[in-house]
Amino acid sequence: MKTFTKVVVLTTTLALAACAKSPFDRSGNGAGAGAGGLDNGGISSSALDANSPAYFNQTIGDKVLFAVDQSTINDTARTTLSQQANWLNNNTTYTAIIEGHADEQGTREYNLALGARRAAAARDYLVANGVADNRLRTVTFGKERPLAVCSTEECYAKNRRAVTVISAGVGS
Amino acid sequence: MMKMLLTCLAFVMAVSAVQAEPLRIELDSPNIEPLPFAAPAFIAESAGADQYARDLAAVVSSDLQGSGLFRAISQDAFISQITSFDSPVQYADWKAINAQALITGAVTTTGDGQIVVKFRLFDVFSEDQMGEGLQFVGSTNGWRRMAHKVADAVYSRITGEGGYFDSRVVYVSETGPKNARLKRLGIMDYDGANQQFLTDAQAIVLAPRFSPNGDRVIYTSYESGFPKIYVLDVASVGRRVLQDQPGTMSFAPRFAPNGQDVVFSLTTGSNTDIYKLNLDSGQRTQLTTSPAIETAPSYSPDGTQIVFESDRSGTQQLYVMSAGGGEATRISFGQGRYGTPVWSPRGDLIAFTKQNRGRFHIGVMRTDGSGERLLTASFLDEGPTWSPNGRVIMFTRETAGSGGSSTLYSVDISGRNLKAVQAQASDPSWSPLLK
Repeated sequence: MKTFTKVVVLTTTLALAACAKSPFDRSGNGAGAGAGGLDNGGISSSALDANSPAYFNQTIGDKVLFAVDQSTINDTARTTLSQQANWLNNNTTYTAIIEGHADEQGTREYNLALGARRAAAARDYLVANGVADNRLRTVTFGKERPLAVCSTEECYAKNRRAVTVISAGVGS
Repeated sequence: MMKMLLTCLAFVMAVSAVQAEPLRIELDSPNIEPLPFAAPAFIAESAGADQYARDLAAVVSSDLQGSGLFRAISQDAFISQITSFDSPVQYADWKAINAQALITGAVTTTGDGQIVVKFRLFDVFSEDQMGEGLQFVGSTNGWRRMAHKVADAVYSRITGEGGYFDSRVVYVSETGPKNARLKRLGIMDYDGANQQFLTDAQAIVLAPRFSPNGDRVIYTSYESGFPKIYVLDVASVGRRVLQDQPGTMSFAPRFAPNGQDVVFSLTTGSNTDIYKLNLDSGQRTQLTTSPAIETAPSYSPDGTQIVFESDRSGTQQLYVMSAGGGEATRISFGQGRYGTPVWSPRGDLIAFTKQNRGRFHIGVMRTDGSGERLLTASFLDEGPTWSPNGRVIMFTRETAGSGGSSTLYSVDISGRNLKAVQAQASDPSWSPLLK
């Protein structure tokens, strides 16, 4: 809800542009649900600034998910990463670190290497969509930083992820 | 000459007439009945040594009983008391309570903070002392180590193999919730006593490993924001980062037996391979080149071979290659996937983590992959480390769920004597025997 402070100061043009470019079909991982504000809190005609990090994180979605033991970019992830690439191409003052994560069902070292594969897969997709390689770095956290803490597939599915963390770096 | 020989023979016969069976534990026998022993409080031979006298005997008892090979007889059952270190042993009184081994000791404290510990081991049913009495001198704050040394000597004399009690474990202390866990390096005696921290909890630290003589610890830290390998001096707690290429990540380090080379995983792009770095020259050598994940390298004790895990076949499996790299031979062929191999200090076995049908196991196999034995089973067991004598394995056991936590466990290579060693801890690495 704290994004609403920002929402109300947006220009209509930007908000409309954002809606046109990317409808509110996020990656399906649930992150940032409701933040687009279609009928949320009574501010129905506004949306996040499409060039804001909040828009990137919540509307586009900063996460993509992977199947067990895999680092293949699936269709849902492809949609998200394409939008991430567009955003990064439109906002060249930002850089990003892509974090690769694994679920807890694996040994520590292997999961580090698997997280690195996932981060690299997401990075490679962004680069293929025009983002300059030198604006992106990858890091693996293996199974060290789960997002969901239960020990069932429901949580594991959320933890097998690559997260694009943007920051206002020097850019290229 | 002949006459002297006969005298000797007569002496030997006289001894064997008393001896029921030699006092011996065969570590490889399939069924070991814990050997009953008595360890009365040591004799305090100076004022102020009373507490040490009791504590030393208690730690010796705890070490031996904790090995699963010995059973301490309660002091309440004792018929005789040991009142003087040098007075003759009343064997009949110890036989009557079936104490097969008797450990007696004495302790003296000196004015300058020193402590002197003496001990003797007796084979009660043979009515004979086993080996020479021994004496240890050190500072009073090292009294537990002296107890461990006594227990190691007893273990060694009765099993014929080296002990493991006077040793330490470096590990990762874990506190806080599962999704924001604080991790820091800890070090403790092998039995969990004398815990100290070696790093703060500012950055994630993973999988510390001792150098061959225990003076350094190599580990992975996120203090730069990325996983990198650090070497920490145990005495000064000073640390330095290993040289690396920008944009790469490195982890899973382990020392070579020579203490100069280290092997580790380095990730470039999506690919993780095994590299060797000479700490003196800084020379780096790439040991694997497959596009698969290659990690968790561990040297054979003679330094000529490296066992590691790779998913080049499609799943994690164990491989052995020459220490110089090159062609690798797969050694794991059972059901499931295998990781984190560690070569035993005796050279005879490789311990590993196995994942099969949603369960995790710690197991051992011979170095050619034959003779696989699973020692444990749980929701999540991983990361074995060997005791200095290659008879016990310590590992991490993690419980399931949002409140899940890690505990260090140990188990004999026979699968017996599974027990918790330290809560809120993971990634143990066992030191060599201390000097």
